[in-house]
Amino acid sequence: MDSAQPILGAARGKRWNWHKLANPGQFLRVSARFLLPLSIAGVLITAVGLVWGLWFSPADWQQGQTVRIMYIHVPSAWLAMSGYAGLAVCSVISLVWRHPLADIAAAEISPVGASFTALCLASGSLWGRPTWGTWWVWDARLTSVLVLFFLYLGHIALINAFDDRERGARAGAILALVGVINLPIIKFSVTWWNTLHQPASISLFSAPKMYVGMLAPLFVSALGYTLLFAAIVVSRTRSGIMERRVRGLLQARAERAA
Amino acid sequence: MFGRLVRRELVMAFRHGADTLGALLFFLIAGSLFPLAIGPSPDVLGGIAPGIVWVCALLAAILPLDRVFGADFEDGTLDQLLLSGLAPALITLAKALAHWLTTGLPLLLAAGPLAIMLRMPGDALPVLLAGLLPGTLTLSLLGTMGSAIVLGARRGGVLLPLLVLPLSVPVLIFGAAAASSKAQGLPARPEMLLLGALFALALPLCSVAGGLSLRAAAEG
Repeated sequence: MDSAQPILGAARGKRWNWHKLANPGQFLRVSARFLLPLSIAGVLITAVGLVWGLWFSPADWQQGQTVRIMYIHVPSAWLAMSGYAGLAVCSVISLVWRHPLADIAAAEISPVGASFTALCLASGSLWGRPTWGTWWVWDARLTSVLVLFFLYLGHIALINAFDDRERGARAGAILALVGVINLPIIKFSVTWWNTLHQPASISLFSAPKMYVGMLAPLFVSALGYTLLFAAIVVSRTRSGIMERRVRGLLQARAERAA
Repeated sequence: MFGRLVRRELVMAFRHGADTLGALLFFLIAGSLFPLAIGPSPDVLGGIAPGIVWVCALLAAILPLDRVFGADFEDGTLDQLLLSGLAPALITLAKALAHWLTTGLPLLLAAGPLAIMLRMPGDALPVLLAGLLPGTLTLSLLGTMGSAIVLGARRGGVLLPLLVLPLSVPVLIFGAAAASSKAQGLPARPEMLLLGALFALALPLCSVAGGLSLRAAAEG
């Protein structure tokens, strides 16, 4: 068996092997290289997008200056949902292949996703006050995003409730996958029901119903938010791995002393 | 084997009658708190009666959930069940059925009198009960799955409502909306169909997810 190992490695040659990344040590080495550029790009692009959106984009003919809340609200809503999708992907990987890295990543995604969902709800509420005349309405879109927020919080509470971390990760993965049903409900809530929240202005299959001078800063800030989200999750995952190692070392030392 | 498991659960429930009746009593007491807090005005009460009945039914159905698997997990019966050859998903399904027979069905029977006491319009009452039938079945499935997921957690009893309540929001919305639209003279058919769809979705999903959690709990 031992002699077969190098041959197998040689046959793979230089082809990039994604499974290698699942090794926490390998992940630490690779991510150390791109974490700093990723964070800097995230901060810079978000700053450009927000400054462009908040000061240099045109005001809306109907909503006036309040439309600028969009540059904060819409990207955070997108990230809240894609964050949950990422959590679901990690959960599938953790349940099917039992990669420990997926467990750690899932545990680190949910607090970040919950924060972006909270930001989305808070900015949406601030936007609703001047345009709808109320902080909050119980329409389908708002309610389903609130449920998404609760699902994130439930996931955080669940994975921390087990003494055995692996058990917590598996329970959390099952819960996260059940909660995925909520994603299409959020996405299509404005189409299926007659809500106060406006339907989507941007679609993959048709021209956006938005002036390009507003669309460009929106996309820039969305890109910045995405990079920032990724940078936060990667750095949290790194510290999660190190935390486990430290705990493992401490435990080994305690066992040796006993 | 499936039938025997359901029968065992029912026998256990009858032997511990007080626990079984607890959820029912909670339902009636919680429901009768609303007129005392809101005031006995028939207009106000009649309007919110479907919502009160649904919320109380939801909370009452959650009450006995930590016992669904808790005792079996502690004394090793769960391991025996998993070894019995019955698929874990079917074990979850049997437990959900037993939970519905001992909690959902009594709630369904008590919902009529409670709704009348809350001055609910008479013609909406059949719709409320017809909505509660698939609704409580779905809640039993969701609750049993949740109870399987939290097996082995610290303070699982506190955690359980946090997980199950957000997932049961759609059932609550459509169930209460069906009775409300009937009370306002609108057709209740769309909401009833959606309730049926939710049940059809929960039936395989909750059984499989619950079975997966049972196996994880037995391994861990």
